[in-house]
Amino acid sequence: MKRLHALARHQLLWPALTLILLILLDVAHRASFLSLTILDGHLFGAPIDILNRAAPLVIVSLGMTLVIATRGIDISVGATVAMAGAAAAVILEADPSRVGMALGAALAVGLLAGMWNGLLVAFVGMQPIIATLILMVAGRGVAQLLTGGQIIPIGAEGYLRLGDGYLAMVPCSVWIALVVSVVLTLLVNRTALGLFVRAIGINPVATRLVGLRSSAIVFGVYVICGLMAAVAGIIISSNVRSADGNNAGLLLELDAILAVTLGGTSLLGGRFSLGGTVLGALIIQTLTYTTYSIGVPPEATLVVKAVVVIVVSVIQSEAARAMLLKPMKNLFSPARQRASTGTSTS
Amino acid sequence: MSDLPILEMTGIDKTFPGVKALQQVDFRLFPGEIHTLMGQNGAGKSTLINVLTGVFPHDLGEIRLAGRPVSFAAPLEAEAAGIQTLYQEVNLCPNLSVAENIFAGRHPKKRGTIDWKAINTKTREALAALDLFVDVTRSLDSYPIAVQQMVAIARAVSVDASVLILDEPTSSLDDGEVARLFAVLRRLREAGMAILFVTHFLEQTYAVSDRITVMRNGTREGEYLAKDLPVDVLVAKMTGREGANEALKADASDAARSASAAAPFLSMQGVGRRGLMSPVDLDVCPGQIVGLAGLLGSGRTETARLVFGAERADTGTMRIDGHSVKLASPRDAVRHGIACCPEDRKKEGIVAALSIRENIILALQARRGWWRLLSYARQRKMAEQYIAQLGIKAHDAEQPIGLLSGGNQQKVLLARWLATEPKLLILDEPTRGIDVAAKFEIMDRVRSLCAKGLAILFISSEMSEVVRVSHKIAVLRDRRKVAEIAGEHLSEDQVYQLIAGGQS
Repeated sequence: MKRLHALARHQLLWPALTLILLILLDVAHRASFLSLTILDGHLFGAPIDILNRAAPLVIVSLGMTLVIATRGIDISVGATVAMAGAAAAVILEADPSRVGMALGAALAVGLLAGMWNGLLVAFVGMQPIIATLILMVAGRGVAQLLTGGQIIPIGAEGYLRLGDGYLAMVPCSVWIALVVSVVLTLLVNRTALGLFVRAIGINPVATRLVGLRSSAIVFGVYVICGLMAAVAGIIISSNVRSADGNNAGLLLELDAILAVTLGGTSLLGGRFSLGGTVLGALIIQTLTYTTYSIGVPPEATLVVKAVVVIVVSVIQSEAARAMLLKPMKNLFSPARQRASTGTSTS
Repeated sequence: MSDLPILEMTGIDKTFPGVKALQQVDFRLFPGEIHTLMGQNGAGKSTLINVLTGVFPHDLGEIRLAGRPVSFAAPLEAEAAGIQTLYQEVNLCPNLSVAENIFAGRHPKKRGTIDWKAINTKTREALAALDLFVDVTRSLDSYPIAVQQMVAIARAVSVDASVLILDEPTSSLDDGEVARLFAVLRRLREAGMAILFVTHFLEQTYAVSDRITVMRNGTREGEYLAKDLPVDVLVAKMTGREGANEALKADASDAARSASAAAPFLSMQGVGRRGLMSPVDLDVCPGQIVGLAGLLGSGRTETARLVFGAERADTGTMRIDGHSVKLASPRDAVRHGIACCPEDRKKEGIVAALSIRENIILALQARRGWWRLLSYARQRKMAEQYIAQLGIKAHDAEQPIGLLSGGNQQKVLLARWLATEPKLLILDEPTRGIDVAAKFEIMDRVRSLCAKGLAILFISSEMSEVVRVSHKIAVLRDRRKVAEIAGEHLSEDQVYQLIAGGQS
């Protein structure tokens, strides 16, 4: 009973239940939803497809989680995705053999973007949403300057394998997302970073007064977020075999913020869960898949998505749950204590 | 005083998971009296008030208001029934103006819109009753915490209510402000209001109370007329320890006020910051307690913040262990072995949602850096060691610190800094809002640390406390150090004289 209680209060319970519910819905609609087949030594099937498509979102959302936990937000990740892809594409266009250099350039762009945001937020002291709004707008411009306003096709074999290829039967992008998740989780739990990030999110004033260099931590968190966006940018550009300054990663920041919230991380900072964020990103991708597969007309998918998001968010709120459950409880136990102690004066 | 109680609570029981907070507690309150509720931290005072005002329900027992049984599901219902409560922490909106705060939720209206003129005038009148004259249109957070507390009091007393509950309203007020508050309370008492007052200050209890109810460990120890209850008996009843007052007196005489012969650990020459604090000279030696005395706003906290690097000094030189240093941030100060328990525990001290364990190791971990995480086993051991050593009342080191009582939170903060093995400890109002027993526990602990060679900079609004523990006192007035006294010269009277500007 006690264990059940602990489970009921576990942070990951609601996102996990949501995901399971979505999967059940899919299975009900098509019994073979969960079945995997092996073709040419590669795994195929709906779950693999969802994981593959969710990979960039998972990666971006993980970075976003840490930023949000410090009471910040980074709405420039979509633009960083575009810049990173563009930087890689420009190098590969000149010489398709320089895959390593292209990857390095893409990551360097992410690093610079993160440092810029971190500088503005942690050291200049700007509001995070305004500070990152600058790069959200300017970054698209930079990406277009890099690509010369064109969509640059990418043909380099090695680079394309990252977003399109397979390793041990599973898509490379899934592996990348997995590695990033594991590395970040270790970074947060095996060092004091997680503790510091939570402390800053809960009480920044007290955190500074214990002698912690809060601004350095906040700066670092934005750098991580920028790097994650760059990794996602590599996968996305590799997957679509081109760099598109205008549309790559468009509105990705909003999906990432949504994934973080669905995963149970508070937008007010402090409490965060990387595992929850991964689940949140998978929920979003599964939902997209589900709306298509059960035949929601394309023009209605966004509305359906919005409704599901609202429902999930409401269910996650403890206050809302209590409000919804209250009338039910009264139904089951009408002889509550209040009745015996009398009612309030009017 | 009339014969029938306006409020009567009988046989109140309240259990929290794992804790029996209240057991068979009776309480009554008569119209036209000031009734003080006394007890140590965790005695159940706040729980009793919360049960009464409907913050949470009680398990057993009955509450009667004016003879009729009542049960409030929320504080708003209690307010509607005429019970006005001022809770322990200032619960106002810092971003709203003073006037908006006082009239929030009950704006007077004129032709369907808010009557700002009336709000501002009435606010000025309400504050004038407390001798507080401030610009009521400025936002609340532009005023010091003492003014904020006076505003909260003004809000509470400006409502027509039959019962007024004040949970430690005086914790950040100076003597003059307390006197004005008491004048208002006496006026309300004459008008027939029933006032329930919670405080830790013994003097204040006797200054204003007609009747005292003592609580201990969730039960009612007894109800007494204030004039029939000598102070030593009261302390004994609160602590459950006969002769506690003797220990208290012994404290005063025992204070070995030997000036340390060692070289100063901290030496400040003309350290100040424009607009914050005039240049100050101050030496603190290892094994020495240096008290900072002065009224609110005299520069006590400001001096502490300069020493701790929370404010950057723009003049003067500071030497630590003989080496000249510039402290640009608390981080620098911590690296030089300085620790600081700040004045505003909730805002600047605790990280509420983190566990006791995490709060204790935070400063040490911050000094080690983010890469070298203390192992969980070591964190756990450290937390358990301090919980036992300082007598922190908690059922588990993993309990969030926000759920502890004020005294226990303060002990956790003390543990946080002791874990860093500091050489100089700044204690800014370490005993504010803490009951007598915990206060002595903390001060005992501080003194034994001092005996082991720790230098301590001690700040408190309670002059008797400063005089009792300090080896040396720096007296501050208007953000300027006006005198320094040590040895035989230490007496409360003399400090008061210096504060008031008399020549010594």
